[in-house]
Amino acid sequence: MKFGVLVNEGPYTHQAANSAYHFTKAALENGHEVERVFFYHDGVNVGTRLSVPPQDERNLQKDWTALAKKHNIDLVICIAAAQRRGLLDENEAKRQGKDANNIAEGFRISGLGQLIEMGIKSDRLVIFGD
Amino acid sequence: MSDEVKKFLYVNRKAPYGSIYALESLEVVLIGAAFEQEVSLAFLDDGVFQLTKGQDTKEIGVKNFSPTYRALGDYDVTKLYVEEESLKERGLGIDDLQYLTYEDEDDDYKEKPSIKVVSRKEMADIMAEQDIILSF
Repeated sequence: MKFGVLVNEGPYTHQAANSAYHFTKAALENGHEVERVFFYHDGVNVGTRLSVPPQDERNLQKDWTALAKKHNIDLVICIAAAQRRGLLDENEAKRQGKDANNIAEGFRISGLGQLIEMGIKSDRLVIFGD
Repeated sequence: MSDEVKKFLYVNRKAPYGSIYALESLEVVLIGAAFEQEVSLAFLDDGVFQLTKGQDTKEIGVKNFSPTYRALGDYDVTKLYVEEESLKERGLGIDDLQYLTYEDEDDDYKEKPSIKVVSRKEMADIMAEQDIILSF
């Protein structure tokens, strides 16, 4: 089966982004396809490479980056939600005249159309949020 | 873009202000309209407040985005289902909501109301018919 995964909550405050990771990993390890993982609302915060959680805690961004590398999956951060919350890739930082960017490896920034397209192309859309 | 047409239902359950879910849901609806899918919106729980008329956000310093709902008709988003029980539980009726319309191209572009008040049972049936449900 081909899944689309939507992550609507950020890391640490809520379990949702953790659960989405576990679901995606389990789906891939059981031979399913994942069309895309789309990060929306506070979910975009999962994709910052500047978070530094204590060493004995999970680093969710690193887990996603490793999973994306291993299985070659598409991690997309919504641009409108990201701009509100201070997540920029190199191009956007330049375009907006900002002095830094913070998108982690394995993630890319794109538009909401990617969410709709994911819904159309997937057999099931699974949403993780509150 | 895929030729396949799916039934998308956007479920709005939260008040328009206090969290960003309502505004960011509306942004998905507007972008999604370009994909020519079969789109409906559902408003239940505190989500029914999103459609109330006379919203004034000056005192809380947040943008009043309620006029945007009036543009939905132009985006061919013409089915807005509002749950009757949720309205009643909050002391609201259809007259407290904005009068939203669309032009029916299959009926000589007659102006028709977009909002339809449905019972909780009918809402469940509407949900059961969908391919994709996005809940905000």
